[in-house]
Amino acid sequence: MANLTLVQAINLALVQEMEKDDRVIILGEDVGPNGGVFRVTEGLHKRFGSSRVVDSPLAESGIIGTSIGLAMAGLRPVPEIQFEGFLGPAYDQICSHAARMRTRTRGAFTVPLTIRIPVGGGIHAPELHSDSPEAIYAHTPGLKVVMPSSPYDAKGLLISAIRDPDPVMFFEPKRIYRAFREEVPEDEYTIPIGKARTVCEGDDLTIVSWGASVVQCMQAIEKSGKSIELIDLRTIYPFDMDAIEASVKKTGRCVIVHEAPKTCGFGAEIAARIMEKCFLYLEAPVQRVAGFDTIMPYYKLELEYMPDTARIARAIEDVGAY
Amino acid sequence: MPNATLASNLASHLVKSASVTRTEIPGTTLLKWFYDMALIREFEVRCMQAYQDKKIGGFCHVYIGQEAVAVGCVAALEHRDPIVTAYRDHGHALARGMHPKHCMAEMFGRIGGCAKGKGGSMHMFDKANNLYGGHGIVGAQCPLGAGLAFATKYEDEVIKGGKSDRVTMCFLGDGALNQGALHEAKNLAGLLDLPVIFVVENNGYSMGTAIERGTTMAHKIITKAMGYGMEGIEVDGMDVLNVYASMKDLCDRVRATSRPAFVDMRTYRYKGHSMSDPRKYRGREEEEQYEAEDPIGKLQKFIKDRKVATAAEIETIVDRVKVDVRDAVAWADASPAPGLEELYHDVYVEKWGPYTGTSLPEMLRESGVRSQE
Repeated sequence: MANLTLVQAINLALVQEMEKDDRVIILGEDVGPNGGVFRVTEGLHKRFGSSRVVDSPLAESGIIGTSIGLAMAGLRPVPEIQFEGFLGPAYDQICSHAARMRTRTRGAFTVPLTIRIPVGGGIHAPELHSDSPEAIYAHTPGLKVVMPSSPYDAKGLLISAIRDPDPVMFFEPKRIYRAFREEVPEDEYTIPIGKARTVCEGDDLTIVSWGASVVQCMQAIEKSGKSIELIDLRTIYPFDMDAIEASVKKTGRCVIVHEAPKTCGFGAEIAARIMEKCFLYLEAPVQRVAGFDTIMPYYKLELEYMPDTARIARAIEDVGAY
Repeated sequence: MPNATLASNLASHLVKSASVTRTEIPGTTLLKWFYDMALIREFEVRCMQAYQDKKIGGFCHVYIGQEAVAVGCVAALEHRDPIVTAYRDHGHALARGMHPKHCMAEMFGRIGGCAKGKGGSMHMFDKANNLYGGHGIVGAQCPLGAGLAFATKYEDEVIKGGKSDRVTMCFLGDGALNQGALHEAKNLAGLLDLPVIFVVENNGYSMGTAIERGTTMAHKIITKAMGYGMEGIEVDGMDVLNVYASMKDLCDRVRATSRPAFVDMRTYRYKGHSMSDPRKYRGREEEEQYEAEDPIGKLQKFIKDRKVATAAEIETIVDRVKVDVRDAVAWADASPAPGLEELYHDVYVEKWGPYTGTSLPEMLRESGVRSQE
């Protein structure tokens, strides 16, 4: 066991998968000797050389398009896009090609691609460096969308993603890249894609969240003194409806917390599913605590935008008292 | 040295201007350029301090070393000519005439900033001065540059029935050379005879990647203009007189012919890509080589040699710059942060957009902001 940050856990997963399988290669802007914009790939270039840790030109569409070609030919590329806002130029390659290649070729070709992307706010950066676009990709059939909230999960989920035969969007919440450490086994292990984690069990209310917001939820639950069950989704798509259903049927009340704008955020899908599956069990309307339906603001308003413990606590009160 | 070709090419790529010689530039102009360049430098130094003091959030890309490019290029343009640039944009904003207090307040995320403190360092916009930003996605501003040129030409020729009389200057970094958006923009500009100049501020690095490591034909990037049927020139961007002379000639040609052009503007950023860049990818020796070419020192020497101003007069300008930037910092400090309601303004043209009635967000309801309107 080692006490690692989320960055170190991801780095360890990359090292282990690259050692195990020489088809795993990394591409991205400054991922080589510089170790990437958040230093996630630090040391990999030295260890595996420039044929496997490839500094790419500054061209996101090219990085992802090339990775699709690599993947179709049987390699396991793990490209890095520096910020979620830079997915824009690569959107066409991801959604028009990677996501559809298997269907388009009727199963002849598959795209075992894992795109690593720092995501979300909390580091005082402006728009395009603080956004939460996971719902866009969850809405794109053919993609899997993962977002860990802890170092332990990050390692196990990334190994699963790299080994997964389909394209995976692996969102890394940059706010908690180095916020805390956790015991992470040195040995390899996997966490299945599509399985949620019950962070804490409770009987009065269910909170469903993912990414950096999970940490805010834990703090709010601690302060509330109530018996609250917290489900960390871990995989946004395909998501673990069974876990949500079981919990909500038990508690009868649910709050969903995410950083992305509320309208058409992934919380909307979860709320709809809860209505479909748990309608007669509900004691209160499902409530969402989310980012507001505006562009992620810069710096001075950032903390107002993102769900914080006070807003989560208010939702817990409201839903609990309904 | 990773950037050896860049360094060795600096001296050999001076474009000798036919129509403007160094001695023809009036003393008052030289002193204005000196003020502008010194202002940009001082502004950036204070930005770095403010960043350390956590007054500036997120990312901050300073322009130190490249001052001659913005000042010389802006001087070669008319005020009516549109400018669009990338994220290392404070220099262009100041050179174009944005008041330093509005620029600094934007850095600080304050309501007095040019984008109401909601854009930050990378998003300097100044409509009155025809500055169309400040854009954070590498290369994404290039098609905008083509569009601006299309618009001015359309307005001048089709709507007003005259001759196309404006030039758009689109700045980009050398990293953007590899983005598809630039190539699409160049093709369109070549195809439609758009009066746009793509000025590559070639500082040799896209973040930590030296140009040779990320770009083909790095020693001769004007080859990337030829395929689109446009003229390409190489300019020593460490000398404002040279930048001005070369760009004035080029602007005149583009204005007259309405053909796009491409500039390999050789320059250097003395600092890292952003404040969080330790510059491990290059040696101190290389940096010193460029610092010895310092564009501000060079202009100062020229001013003294030509006896445009005495050492004391230059000192007065330097003092004025310090006061002006200090005032800008104080003004920015005093400017309040944007209120919560600003989260909902300027997302749509209508002030509250769709954020009304039952969809009025809970935050505004709770804070009572709306009821104060």
